[in-house]
Amino acid sequence: MEALYATTTGLLAACGVYLTLRGRTFPVVVGLTLLSYAVNLFLFSMGGLAMHGNPAVVGAGSPAADPLPQALVLTAIVIGFAMTAFVVILAMRARGDLGSDHVNGNRLDDSKEKEDTK
Amino acid sequence: MLQHLIVLPIVLPLLVGAGLLLSRATSPTLRRTVSLVAQALMVAIAIALVVQAGDGTIRYYALGDWQPPFGIVLVLDRLSATMVLLSSLLGLLACLYATAGIDETGSNFHGLFLLQLMGINGAFLTGDLFNLFVFFEVLLIASYALLLHGGSKARTLSALHYVVLNLMGSAFFLIALGILYGVTGTLNMADMTVIVTTLDPGRAGLMEAGGLLLLVVFGLKAAMLPLYFWLPRAYASASAPVAALFAIMTKVGIYSILRVYSLIFTDNAGALADLGRDWLWWAGLATLVVAMLGVLSARDLRTLVAYLVMVSVGTLLTALGMNTIEADSALLFYLIHSTLVTGGLFLLVDVVAGQRGKAGARIVRSRPLLQAGLLGGLFLIGTAAAAGLPPFSGAIGKALILASATPEQQIWLWPLLLLAGLCSLVACSRAGSSVFWRTSKAEPSGERIGVARGIATGGLISAALMLVIFAGPLANWTKATAEQLSNPAPYLESLLGKDAAPETAPPLKGDVS
Repeated sequence: MEALYATTTGLLAACGVYLTLRGRTFPVVVGLTLLSYAVNLFLFSMGGLAMHGNPAVVGAGSPAADPLPQALVLTAIVIGFAMTAFVVILAMRARGDLGSDHVNGNRLDDSKEKEDTK
Repeated sequence: MLQHLIVLPIVLPLLVGAGLLLSRATSPTLRRTVSLVAQALMVAIAIALVVQAGDGTIRYYALGDWQPPFGIVLVLDRLSATMVLLSSLLGLLACLYATAGIDETGSNFHGLFLLQLMGINGAFLTGDLFNLFVFFEVLLIASYALLLHGGSKARTLSALHYVVLNLMGSAFFLIALGILYGVTGTLNMADMTVIVTTLDPGRAGLMEAGGLLLLVVFGLKAAMLPLYFWLPRAYASASAPVAALFAIMTKVGIYSILRVYSLIFTDNAGALADLGRDWLWWAGLATLVVAMLGVLSARDLRTLVAYLVMVSVGTLLTALGMNTIEADSALLFYLIHSTLVTGGLFLLVDVVAGQRGKAGARIVRSRPLLQAGLLGGLFLIGTAAAAGLPPFSGAIGKALILASATPEQQIWLWPLLLLAGLCSLVACSRAGSSVFWRTSKAEPSGERIGVARGIATGGLISAALMLVIFAGPLANWTKATAEQLSNPAPYLESLLGKDAAPETAPPLKGDVS
């Protein structure tokens, strides 16, 4: 299970980083989302992975799962969710303001097309 | 009541800020008054905190009375009290400047401004690493919206970069926290310090990875060399009061490095002692070099000031890398000076740009200014202080840093720091003479500085003189602060009790209280 968990997290992070490095805002937003999934999974595992553990309730018996990472991951999810919403709106606004969905706001492709038609 | 004082710099802006966000229909005057009164109160609270911290004891405030290391604590020592006072002062004056009209160019300015102050104060006060992350997010979310305040193409573009970079930073922050929690089983900084001293050597590598990842995150906030690219654009495009408040944002990064590394990775940490200090030293020097070139290449007054912020960041990081009491003390003095003066310069540049018609803040020949004498005088004082010329505050800060270097460090530090001063001086005098003297025949026009903007700008730039007049007491204070930082034992004792014995935090134990 550890191997599967680690591979999944690593793959998500790798895809996230790759997409974040792209030049257009949409892949960047998707990349950030994937990266935040990877981070959430990672955070979740930081208390150690335990199968068939009891919930962290007084009297439920031991071994109990570490509840702290669960609380942290909840916080991280909430913050990540809000940030994704914000960055989507910002990307749309950038598309409107700059007339391009490139992260640098340049319209290289457009001007190339124009040159080609000439 | 007095023991609740520590939490007020967070609760007060939270309540007032949230209230302001909910009451958008009220008149601008009412909102401005509420915001300014709240911030004046915060300055008063911060002064009370500084007085409290002045006796040298370390106080903590357990939120919800959950005792450390289980609950989240706010810790008040000399350093956090100083930083809270600094941010409150800067916030009050920047907000006063905004009330002259900039706050009405978009919605929710005052609410967001207070929430950002809440995040900054929280980051300075917290004694818990995850809580530090949360307050970072609070101040970042508010800063994203503030950066876009007023709206323009340049702002949208710089905000896009700023937001994406900081989201990456947040992801790295969480990974670092995950590693640190996985290794030590705690997120309380004091508890982590104790556990690190008895860490299994086999896990030291993981801890080191986590610690250095934190350095990357704080470096991004502080605009350390490979991570600074967002800064000039973001600071140059933000509206003046926001840019002025941002002057303390890089210092939040510096503060976090200082706090975490002087507490957790001390000499007691065995293999992890002085983790990252070499990196800080070289990255600081490299930042200084790049900032120097940036200052010389700036074609716009706002970019110029943004690069002056970077010069200060480079200086501070280098001083952090030196890791002695003298260097820490000098660095705190320089930090106070550079925050106030660069904040004032951002405000001043905005006034200047408003009187130059189409030329704005660009360093080109343009019409004469309405109040050339007053603004030119302030510009002279501000830039001379930022460049580190005597008799202004920058000279004292720089001299203290130069004096605290060991002979091996002097070979690198002295030429680079003095050269950075020279470059700032060249760039600022070129910019100043172009803007104030090389004028066309056109009639002066634009908006006069007015009372509110005058007090705000003059107040911040007068720090260049005030810090010199009160340099003695202030240097004593920063020295005491650095000494308090260099000895983590009282910190641990105050939070974890007399026998700060290593103990891990098993889940659920907190329920007992």
